[in-house]
Amino acid sequence: MSNNADNTPNDKEQPNSRRQFLGWGMAMAGLAIAPGITLFDPAHGRAPEEAASSKVRWGMLIDSSKCATGCDDCVSACGKENGFSGSRETDSQWIRKVEIKHLPAGHSHSLPMMCQHCEHPPCVDVCPTGASFKRDDGIVLVDRHICIGCRYCMMACPYKARSFVHEELHDQNPDVPRGKGCVESCTLCVHRVDRGGQPACADACTAAGHDAILFGDLNDPSSEISKRIATLATTQVRADLGLNVGVRYQGI
Amino acid sequence: MNIEVFRKFEEKAFYALVGFLGLVALVGFGAAHYMETHGHVVTGMTNQVVWGIPHVFAIFLIVAASGVLNIASIGSVFGKPIYKARAPLSALLAIAMLAGGLAVLMLDLGRPDRLIIAMTYLNFKSVFAWNVILYTGFFTIVAVYLWTMMERKMKKYTIDAGFTAFIWRIILTTGTGSIFGFLVARQAYGSALLAPMFIIMSFSYGLAVFIVVQSVMYRWIGLTLNPAIVRRLKNLLATFVAAVLYFTIVYHITNLYFTKQHEFERFILLDGGVYTNLFWIGQIMLGTLLPLALLLHPTKGENCVYVIWAALLVIIGAFAQLYVIIIGGQAFPLDLFPGMSQSSSFFDGVIHGYSPTLPEFLLGIGGVAIALLITTIAVRVLKFVPHDDFHHITPDGSD
Repeated sequence: MSNNADNTPNDKEQPNSRRQFLGWGMAMAGLAIAPGITLFDPAHGRAPEEAASSKVRWGMLIDSSKCATGCDDCVSACGKENGFSGSRETDSQWIRKVEIKHLPAGHSHSLPMMCQHCEHPPCVDVCPTGASFKRDDGIVLVDRHICIGCRYCMMACPYKARSFVHEELHDQNPDVPRGKGCVESCTLCVHRVDRGGQPACADACTAAGHDAILFGDLNDPSSEISKRIATLATTQVRADLGLNVGVRYQGI
Repeated sequence: MNIEVFRKFEEKAFYALVGFLGLVALVGFGAAHYMETHGHVVTGMTNQVVWGIPHVFAIFLIVAASGVLNIASIGSVFGKPIYKARAPLSALLAIAMLAGGLAVLMLDLGRPDRLIIAMTYLNFKSVFAWNVILYTGFFTIVAVYLWTMMERKMKKYTIDAGFTAFIWRIILTTGTGSIFGFLVARQAYGSALLAPMFIIMSFSYGLAVFIVVQSVMYRWIGLTLNPAIVRRLKNLLATFVAAVLYFTIVYHITNLYFTKQHEFERFILLDGGVYTNLFWIGQIMLGTLLPLALLLHPTKGENCVYVIWAALLVIIGAFAQLYVIIIGGQAFPLDLFPGMSQSSSFFDGVIHGYSPTLPEFLLGIGGVAIALLITTIAVRVLKFVPHDDFHHITPDGSD
C-alpha cells in the first residue's frame, strides 16, 4: 500500500523535494568522505572515547637474523619509555634480549623476548580478579586498579614475561602508571599505539638501522606484517601450547 | 597434685600460652606490614621465584586444614564412634588452620589492602577465584557442622552437615592441587595427578597435626589416651603416608618416562642442591620412611610417644615436600626454546636462587600461631576435648 502512495507524486512539491534530495545527498557524501580524510591523519589513532576494536589485532614480527648480538637498543628504549631500569632479580624487565644457541650445531641467535600478547593468554585465565585482561585489539594488559599482587599470572606465563614491582617507584612516566605490589608486563606501548604510533622497541630498532622488529595489524591482509607472515616461515615460541601469540619470530 | 593448685597452675599456663601465641601472631602481622611498606624487595622472592616461604606455610595450613577434617568425616559420615568423639576438635582445627593459612596467603599479596577486590571481582575461569569461593564455603559449612555437633537440638542434622563438609573438602583440596595442576608453563606442574596427590597429602598432614594437637591436649589436662585409639590412628597415618609415597613415585616415574622432563627430574632427584636434599632427606627419609618404620614397628608402634614422633616427622616431611613442589618447581628455568641453551639479563636458562628472609619466615610462623591461638582459646571456652565412650572400644581397637 505504501507503493501506491509512492507512485502518486505531488508535482507541486517536486522542486522542493529535489533541492532536499540534493542537500541530503551532499551531506551523505560529506559523511562518507569524512572518515576517509581522518584516515590520512595519524595512521592508526582513534579517539579516546572509542573502544579498541577486534577488527584489529596488533602484533610484531621479529627477524632474529637482523637482531644483532650485543645490541639492546630495544631494551633501553622500552626502559626509557616505560620508566624502569636495573637488572637485579627483583627488577622489572618487560623486554629482554635472549641469546639462544643450538647445542649440537652451535649456531646462535639473538632476539628480544617480551609478552607475546597471546590470543588465549594463560595469565588472563588464572587471574583471580580479572586484572589481567586482553583488549579487543589483542593487547594483553594488567588493570593496575584491581591487581592484588598474587603473582599467579607470573606462575602461569610460559614466557616469563611478567614482572612484579618489588619496591616503591619514583619519577614515573605519566603515560605508563606503575605501582608497588602490582604485576606488570609489556603493554605493546599501548599509549603510543592508541595515538597512532608504534612500540618504542620497534622505533628504536629501526633507528639503529636493524629493522628487526616489525609492528602492525595481523588482521589486515594488506599490512606488511601480514604479508610477511603469509609468505615467510615464522615461528611462535612454545607453539605446542596453542596460545596463538601476537609476537612472531623469523630466522630461528 | 591438689586440684586447686593444678587449676591455678593450668590457668597461668593457659594465659602464658595464649600470650606467647598472640605475640608470635603479632610479630607475623608486623612482618607483613614491613613487607607491605617496603615492598617484596625485603623478602627472598624475586621475579624468578615469585612464591616463597609464605606460600609453603599457607599451603601446608590450607591442605592440612582440609585433611584434619577427615577425623570428623570418618566419625559422622562413616559412623565410627572413636572418630565421632573427635569430630568437634577435628572441625575446630580445620577452621583454625584454614584461617591461619588464608591470613598468610592474603598478607603476602602485593596489595593486601585490596582484599575487598579479591572478594568481589571474581574471574570464574581462575582456579584462584574458585578457591575464594571454596574457602569461604568451607568456613561456613564446617561452622554449621560444628554447630550441629555441639547443639543438642541440631544433632539430627550432623550426618547431613558432615557429608556436605566431606564432599566440600574433597573439592577444596582438588582446587588447591589444581592451582598447580592447571599451570601449563612450568615443567613441575601441569598434571591432573596433582589434585588427587594434594588430597592424599591433606589426609596425611591433617592426621599428623590432629595426633600432635590431641596428644598435647591430653597431656595438658593430665589424661592418658587409650592405646586402642592410638593404634587406630597410627594405622591410619601409616596408610596415608604410604599413599603419599605412592603418588610421589607415580609423579616422578611419569616424568622420568617423558624425555622432555628428564632435565627437570635430574634437577629434583640428583643435582638440585637444596631441593634434592629436601626431597631425599626431608620428604623421603624423615617424612616418609622413618615415620613408617616407627608406626609399623611391631612393638614401638604401640607406644604413644613414638606415634607422636612419627606425626611430627610427617609434618617436617610435609614442609620439605611443599618446599620442593612450590619453590623447586619455580627454581627450574622455563624452557622457551627446547634443545637450545638460553641466556639473558632476566636469568633465562639458569637455576633461580631463593633465600628466604626473616620477615617472610615470620609471616609464615605467624599463620601457624593464628591457627594455634584459635584452637587454644576455643578448646578452653567450649567442649572440644574428645570424650570417649569406652564401651565401644575393644582392646584390639575395633568397635
